[in-house]
Amino acid sequence: MLNRKYKEKTIESVLFSVSALTVVILFLICLFLFRDGLLLFKDTSLLDFLTGKFWYPTSVNRQFGLLPLFFGSLLVTAGAILFAVPLGIASAIYISEIAHPKVADFLKPFIEILAGIPSVVFGFFGLVVLVPVVRTAFNLPTGQTALTGSIMLGIMALPTIITISEDAISSVPSTLKQGSLALGATRWQTIYKVIIPAALSGISAAVMLGIGRAIGETMTVMMVTGNTAIIPSFPGGILDPVRTMTATIALEMGEVPQGSTHFHALFAVGSVLFIITFLINLIADSIKKRYRFKVD
Amino acid sequence: MTEAVQNVALPQIKVENLNLWYGEKQALNNISMHIPKNSVTALIGPSGCGKSTFIRCFNRMNDLIKNCRVEGKISIEGKDIYGTGVDVVDLRKRVGMVFQKPNPFPMSIYDNIAYGPRIHGITKKDLDGVVEGALRSAAIWDETSDRLKSPALSLSGGQQQRLCIARTLAVKPEIILFDEPCSALDPISTSRIEELIINLKKDYTIVIVTHNMQQAARISDYTGFFLMGELIEFGQTRQIFQNPMEQSTEDYITGRFG
Repeated sequence: MLNRKYKEKTIESVLFSVSALTVVILFLICLFLFRDGLLLFKDTSLLDFLTGKFWYPTSVNRQFGLLPLFFGSLLVTAGAILFAVPLGIASAIYISEIAHPKVADFLKPFIEILAGIPSVVFGFFGLVVLVPVVRTAFNLPTGQTALTGSIMLGIMALPTIITISEDAISSVPSTLKQGSLALGATRWQTIYKVIIPAALSGISAAVMLGIGRAIGETMTVMMVTGNTAIIPSFPGGILDPVRTMTATIALEMGEVPQGSTHFHALFAVGSVLFIITFLINLIADSIKKRYRFKVD
Repeated sequence: MTEAVQNVALPQIKVENLNLWYGEKQALNNISMHIPKNSVTALIGPSGCGKSTFIRCFNRMNDLIKNCRVEGKISIEGKDIYGTGVDVVDLRKRVGMVFQKPNPFPMSIYDNIAYGPRIHGITKKDLDGVVEGALRSAAIWDETSDRLKSPALSLSGGQQQRLCIARTLAVKPEIILFDEPCSALDPISTSRIEELIINLKKDYTIVIVTHNMQQAARISDYTGFFLMGELIEFGQTRQIFQNPMEQSTEDYITGRFG
């Protein structure tokens, strides 16, 4: 009897330690990221970093301005979302509400496979296929543009948006659907007036996670966006090369001496990325809570 | 066939030789029944006897189930609802339904009621009146008039069910189907809904599926007893409960099985 109690306590504490480890790891990442990032401000002021228009990390008169990288990420991500959200939600509605179950069962594995393709493969595909297409279509000197990155990131964010939206739509209780149909609503009215609003929390979460996926993506954007750290003009800059925050870290981290100002600047960029994704998750969470409704 | 079926003067719903299959399995077997206007008809029987399946034929809710096949005829005001050229959306506007579990939409009380009228194209200035009228008819106006904008899901279970009744009334149907509307409710909420159903009889024809024999006896004018997909007996409620013609009806009513 006492032995069993002891055993259960042990299992419980092992499981607790494992889950606590996640929190500890997150905390440690946070700590090291911010510690090294903050060291940048010994050499550069926070204001210069956040509002600096130039990223010249290696020139004689070096400058660590975040804006070109920030707007690069913003432009590429916004383009991706503009493209992926309508497409993703439409697919989710089709799969969960309209498609014959057999068709849906056929489509779903493909979406999952799309999610499993390594980002370097996406980048390779973008470089070989999409870059020439963009170049000739818009008659540009180079096809490595923000637009190319947006399209690739959009495709990569699609599985996240589709699967999570589809989950949210499918988990709307069928009693709500029946209630709407029984009032003489058509299938379309039922979908856009009852089912979508009821699934809105999940759909918003899907969009937010899609944004998170796009903003954090590194390899693909590095391969197809040209990596020019200049503040893009809007909206024409969508056809210019850009450099994202993620690509900057990946490109430059290998070449900087540890502990240098440049090294700390990259950590500072990483901290900014961390804060952005953290905020996105926070927003996704609060949307989820606001629209949550109880149906047992 | 019992006498009551033929004696009904003005049948609003006429069911003739209705058969229904789920795939290979026959769920309803040759059912005929005449339901008069402005009456309450209760359908009773043990679980799985087909009474819920049957009631879902009146607004063709069974269309949603794959492999469901219907043969026979159901006419409402003389028109076969399974005939060609029948608009199911229009049918469901005329034949409302209240479900077993309250299923308010996750929106405000007002929007729940306004949902039906809005999709059927009511003008904005008439909407407030229709919402109030429906809530009053469903005896829930007094509890909700000061919080029409609050979420419907903040109401209690019994209130939610009356809200669902109000939502159905707002579409102005001719017939209302109740599929075990009180099975998820406490006795006080149940008695309020029963009272409501009796009042609604003045303006609507009501068909109710119930597991609760006392409920059928209290509120209905006619009762049909179902067993294994067949309509065993149909007649005036008093006759069914006091003097059933079939042995199995008596056995069920007196609680010998079910």
